[in-house]
Amino acid sequence: MEIAPEQITATTCYHCGEKCEEEKIVIEDKPFCCEGCKMVYQILSENDLCTYYQLEENPGFSLKGKRGTTYAFLDEKVVQEGLLTFQNDKLAKVSFYLPQIHCSSCIWLLENLYKLTPGIVQSQVNFPKKKIQLTYLKAETTLRQLAELLSSIGYAPQINYDQLTSKEEQVTNHTLTYKLGVTGFLFGNIMLLSFPEYLGLQQSVYAQWFGYLNIALALPLLFYSAVDYLKSAYYGLKQGHLNIDVPVSLGMLALFGRSMYDILSHTGAGFFDSLAGLIFFLLIGKWFQQKTYYNLSFERDYRSYFPVATLVKKAGEWISVPLNKVEPGDRLWIKNGELIPVDALIVEGRGYLDYSFVTGEEDLSTKGVGDKVFAGGKLNTGSIEIEVLRRVEHSYLTQLWNEQAFKKDKFEGRQSRLANTIAKYFTIVILIVASLTLAFWWSTDLDMAFKAFTAVLIIACPCAVALAIPFTYGNVLRLLARRKFYIRHIQVIEAMQEVEQVVLDKTGTLTDNKELRLTYQGTALAEGEQQIIRSMASQSSHPLSIGIAERLQDVEVDRTISVQEFPGLGLLTKINGMTYKLGSASFVGYDKSHQKGVFWQVGQEIRGVFVVQNQYRKSLPVFIQQLKTKFGLALLSGDNDQEKERLRPYFDSPEQLHFDQSPTDKLNFVAQLQAENQKVLMLGDGINDAGALRQSDVGLVLTEDINNFTPASDAIIAAERFQMLPQMLTFVQESRWVVYLAYFIASCYNIIGLSYAVQGLLSPVVAAILMPLSAITIVIIGVLGSSGLAYWRLGKESDKNHQWV
Amino acid sequence: MKIIFLLIGISLIVALGFLVAFLWAVRSGQYEDEYTPSVRILFDQQTKNISDD
Repeated sequence: MEIAPEQITATTCYHCGEKCEEEKIVIEDKPFCCEGCKMVYQILSENDLCTYYQLEENPGFSLKGKRGTTYAFLDEKVVQEGLLTFQNDKLAKVSFYLPQIHCSSCIWLLENLYKLTPGIVQSQVNFPKKKIQLTYLKAETTLRQLAELLSSIGYAPQINYDQLTSKEEQVTNHTLTYKLGVTGFLFGNIMLLSFPEYLGLQQSVYAQWFGYLNIALALPLLFYSAVDYLKSAYYGLKQGHLNIDVPVSLGMLALFGRSMYDILSHTGAGFFDSLAGLIFFLLIGKWFQQKTYYNLSFERDYRSYFPVATLVKKAGEWISVPLNKVEPGDRLWIKNGELIPVDALIVEGRGYLDYSFVTGEEDLSTKGVGDKVFAGGKLNTGSIEIEVLRRVEHSYLTQLWNEQAFKKDKFEGRQSRLANTIAKYFTIVILIVASLTLAFWWSTDLDMAFKAFTAVLIIACPCAVALAIPFTYGNVLRLLARRKFYIRHIQVIEAMQEVEQVVLDKTGTLTDNKELRLTYQGTALAEGEQQIIRSMASQSSHPLSIGIAERLQDVEVDRTISVQEFPGLGLLTKINGMTYKLGSASFVGYDKSHQKGVFWQVGQEIRGVFVVQNQYRKSLPVFIQQLKTKFGLALLSGDNDQEKERLRPYFDSPEQLHFDQSPTDKLNFVAQLQAENQKVLMLGDGINDAGALRQSDVGLVLTEDINNFTPASDAIIAAERFQMLPQMLTFVQESRWVVYLAYFIASCYNIIGLSYAVQGLLSPVVAAILMPLSAITIVIIGVLGSSGLAYWRLGKESDKNHQWV
Repeated sequence: MKIIFLLIGISLIVALGFLVAFLWAVRSGQYEDEYTPSVRILFDQQTKNISDD
């Protein structure tokens, strides 16, 4: 086995590229950081799959510290039926989501999976969606074996509860692709068939046949390609609004009617080429304004977070049961690190429960037999047996999704307010100009009157107005995505421009969860004490112990100290007959048990407490300063008000700070602001903000890792770009000036066009030149203008940051 | 100049052919994933044993 030796550096893992520490594992001259990586390498090398390492350097994923997932639930028939996309007697097809897919090596390895297991007939990777589709022989392998195989080579499939409950696979909608293709075909051919007209050959007999052919092509153009615009205009009128599609449809119908008349009466070649060009441009605009982020979900709710199945006791045995089949009264077994999926009662065991998923706060509490636990809590130590009280969908956590705010899509049917305002005045002006023209020619020349009247409607067709927003805001979407600010669709941009009030969540949003800072309060620690604390803490894997050990990292560890750990409570040691305790309030017998923190007790005396303190993001002062100049601010926190004094200086008035807010309180707070006619942007991070995010006009989620769970929202921003957010919002708000500029240019073109039209001089050739010209100008202004503005406001951004999301 | 009419007529038929091809391509799922095939095509055909080369 020959592998290019220069790729191997002595200290990095050949498989995953991480630094090799401590004990080095070396086989065949290749260093590995852990047993997991070595194992994957061995599997691959035994099966001649080492090309994996040649395509990209260190393509693998570290398996260090990854808990093995069990896929026993995949043997269940119900689960299989939910996951399989196709099956017959012999074959079955399944599509797994593998978030680890990141490079061409991944594609290569996953598409060569058949070499590892004989049962695989075909495996195909969809890189942007990070999915693999497997076709396998049911006689040779099982779904569970496939998942375990993938997991063993570092690509553990992520299978969530919502894949079982929502049956329909997200199928890409290709309606627009079809329409674009068909319209492109019609546009090109109508142009060709209009060619004799351009060359002045319309006298020929054939030219008339071309006219009829044009009519034949224009029918699908109007009744297939443009039907959405006509429908929207019709519904708008029916409800009494003049939306932007009304003048556009008016123009289209005028073009179509006039062309039919010209051709059938042999008086001209018609304007079908202009009509086709117009519709084609509009559809391109429609296509440009959408951007698909395959890997981001703006729709996720609690179901995406819960596991597919859980262990249930049935007739004395633990079997894996799909979550939606768990009934009240069932006994569940929850292991360390697992999420509690239902409201339940602990019947056996004891453990630390972390409710940060629900409350958004660093909130660890100890629960034992007889205590009630709620869905969404994560078990941090030990294992517990619980008895189910309510079904998953009726739990306390999921009740939030029954709120009114979740019942409707806030952007459904929403049209651009700006475009519609313009459309209203535009339509009225055009109808007046057209009628005046008609009246002017009526007495002298009836034929001319009809021609000039239709010409006004044709040339005034505000396709440029209809194009300005899709192209400008479509480009804004892309520019921001490159800066790791992902907006769901362009309607959100308009909503963002109207925002007056910004509501901030505290924990996880303004604080940096990655940095756990502990401050010590109490009697100063002697050096000997520090050593004991450090030695005790370093023997426990609890996050707070790790935090304490890190804080005292300059102190040496005394390895002779033996520590007794009480899971979920604390640590105890005895040195020279003296008892030392490090743990929760109840563990040291401190009666003010509401105080959080890690207490330090020597003998009977409580010497002090390590308090978990929120570490605010470094750019917070500037961030708030910048936001304050433009928006009203408010802060919501699920935490108690012990942080109030620290936050107070940043804000103008103490009334802006709200503590002890439950998820429902947050939702109501936003709703109340809206009742005062304020447009609200909510910036949050967790599921505890889900209600407020949903209720607000713009729900913005901050996330440390864009592949992680984010609650349903309208936009997502990567935490590393937190400090850029005020500028980004400014940019979004200012981008409307680009649209105004485009509107101004479009109206200049319109005035030129109208001056021809009212005189009855508009020929098909002039229309065929003027209309695309104005459309292209608008597109250029929209795209270049917004790019320039982004460069000016946000600085340059290299394309290297582009990633598949 | 009359030949142009014939040519345009023929071009319409050719274009129709391409339209049908396009519709087939979308239907058969070629637009589901516009990226992966561009990587896949560059993979060498696997030889029986890597150490042979």
